[in-house]
Amino acid sequence: MSMTRSVKSVKSPTSTTPVTPARAATPLADRKLLKLARPFIIIIALIVTWQIVVSVTGAPKYMLPAPYDVWLALVQRHAVLLDHAGYTIAETVIGLFAGAALGALAAMPMALFSPIRFWLMPILLVSQAIPFFAIAPLLVLWLGFGMASKIAMAALIIFFPVTVAFFDGLSRTEPGWLDLARTMGTNRWRMLTHIRLPAALPAFASGFRVATAVSPIGAIIGEWVGSSKGLGYLMLHANARVQIDMVFACLLILCAFSITQYFIVDRLLRQLLPWQPDSLAKHD
Amino acid sequence: MTDTDTKPPLTGHLQASSGQNRTSFDVHLRHACVEFNSTRLFHNLSLDLGAGSFTCLLGPSGVGKSTLLRFLAGLVGHDAASGTVTCSDGKALNDRVAYMAQQDLLLPWRSVRENVVLGAVLRGEKPDLARADHLIAEVGLQKARHMRPAELSGGMKQRAALARTLMEDRPVVLMDEPFSALDPLNRMRIQDLAARVLHGKTVLLVTHDPLEALRVGHKVMVLQGSPATLSDAVIPDGHIPRDITDPVILRHQAELLQQLGALSSQGDRSDLEEASQ
Repeated sequence: MSMTRSVKSVKSPTSTTPVTPARAATPLADRKLLKLARPFIIIIALIVTWQIVVSVTGAPKYMLPAPYDVWLALVQRHAVLLDHAGYTIAETVIGLFAGAALGALAAMPMALFSPIRFWLMPILLVSQAIPFFAIAPLLVLWLGFGMASKIAMAALIIFFPVTVAFFDGLSRTEPGWLDLARTMGTNRWRMLTHIRLPAALPAFASGFRVATAVSPIGAIIGEWVGSSKGLGYLMLHANARVQIDMVFACLLILCAFSITQYFIVDRLLRQLLPWQPDSLAKHD
Repeated sequence: MTDTDTKPPLTGHLQASSGQNRTSFDVHLRHACVEFNSTRLFHNLSLDLGAGSFTCLLGPSGVGKSTLLRFLAGLVGHDAASGTVTCSDGKALNDRVAYMAQQDLLLPWRSVRENVVLGAVLRGEKPDLARADHLIAEVGLQKARHMRPAELSGGMKQRAALARTLMEDRPVVLMDEPFSALDPLNRMRIQDLAARVLHGKTVLLVTHDPLEALRVGHKVMVLQGSPATLSDAVIPDGHIPRDITDPVILRHQAELLQQLGALSSQGDRSDLEEASQ
C-alpha cells in the first residue's frame, strides 16, 4: 500500500523531476569549481595578454620582458629577492599594526570627548593634505636609512583610514542601545567597553581592511627615498641597471604578498567578529 | 545536602525580590511640557500610573506617545522638557525604571543569556546567572539561551528582550510598542506572557493597537491633539489578559477606534502639520 503510494508519488512528477535536480546540481558544482578556478583563470589570462603584447609589439627585454624572462629572474635570483622581500614584509606588517593601533587610540578620545574631536579633526585632515612622497625624505632624515623610517611611513598611510572608520563606528552607535544602557544605570566607561566599542568593531574592521590593502605602499615609498634593503630598493637598483625582469619579479612578489596579507586579515576579522553584517559573502 | 540547601534560598530570593516590588507605588506626572523639533508636544499634561497595574496609552503616530514614555524614563533632555514626576512613596523614579522599546535592542555580539544579564554587567555587578536562566526559561527560551540574536526569530527576540526587562527587576516598567513588529499570533502569545510575568509591576505600555491595550490594560487612555491631551481612562472589567472575543471588550474597541478615527477627521490641521514636518 505504502509502496504503491510512494512509487506513485515519485512516478507522477516524472516528466519534470529528472530534469530539474540534474539541472540544479550541475550549475552548483560548476559555480563551486568556477569559484576555485577564478583566480587562476584571471592570472593565466593576464599572463597570456602580457605575452601577446610582448609578441605583437616586439618590445625588447630591457623595455618589457616576457613572462618567461620574469619567471627566470624569479627562479635564478630567488635568494636575493626573498632576502629583500623579508624586509619589506616586516616593515609593512609592523607598520600596519602600529598604524592601526595609533588610529584606534586616536579615534576613541575623539568619539568620547567633543573638545578633543574639535582639536584633533583639523590636525588629522591636515595630515592627509600633505603628500606622503613629500614627507618620506624627512622621515628618512629623522629616522635613518633603516626600517624605522619605512615603518613610520606605512603607519602614517594606515593611520587615517583606520581612524576615520573607527571614529565613524564609535559615533554611530544605535541610539536605542545607549538609551537602554542609560535606563540600566551605567557609566561612561562601561558604556564604552560594553556597547560602543564592540558595536564599532565592524567599522574598525572595514577600515583595517582598506589599510591592509594600502599598507605596502608606505614601505615601498620609504624604500625608494632612501634605503639599502627591501623590494623598493631592489626595484630602483634593478631599474637603474635596466634589469627590467627583476623589477617585474619584485612587483610580482609584492602583489602576491599584498593579496595574501589581505586574505589572512580578512579571514581573521571574520572569525573575530562573527556577528558583523556579512550579506555580500553569503550570496557569493 | 548542599544542593537542597542552595536551591530553596534561590527561589526564596526570587520571591523576596519580586515581593519587595509589590510594595509598589503610584507614579504621578504633573505639568509636563515637552518640545520636539520646536513643536510643542505637550503642555501641562498630567498622567497617573496606578501602583502594580498596567496603564495603556493609545494614540495616532507622531502624537508624542514615545516621547512621553521616554520623558518618564529620563531619556529626554531637560532643555526640551519640563515637568515633575513624583512617586507615592516619596522617592525619586530614577533608577527604578526598566525600559523596553519597539526594537528588541539585543546586542548582536552577546548571546541571549549575556543580553539578559546586560544591566548587571553595565553597572559593574556580578550577574545572577541562575536567576537569568530562570527568567529565560519563563519566557520559553531555555534552548536558545546560548544563541546570538541573529539566530532568533522576531518573537524570540522580543521574548529575550522581555527577559532582560524582567531581569532588571524594577518596580516600574515602561514599554514602547514592544510587540508591534510581531505577527498577530506571536503578539497575542507575548501579550499573555507579559501580562503574567509583569503582574504586580507598575507598567506603562504605549501601543497603537486598541485591542492590545484592552487585552492587557487595567486602564486605557488615548493621547491626542497638538499639544496632546489625555482622554478619560477606559477601565475595562475582567481578568487580564482579557478575552478579546468578549462583546464588552469589542464594544470598547469600537469606541476607542472611533475616538482615534474621529481624531483624524476633526484634527486634520494637526495631522497636516505633522505630515508637513
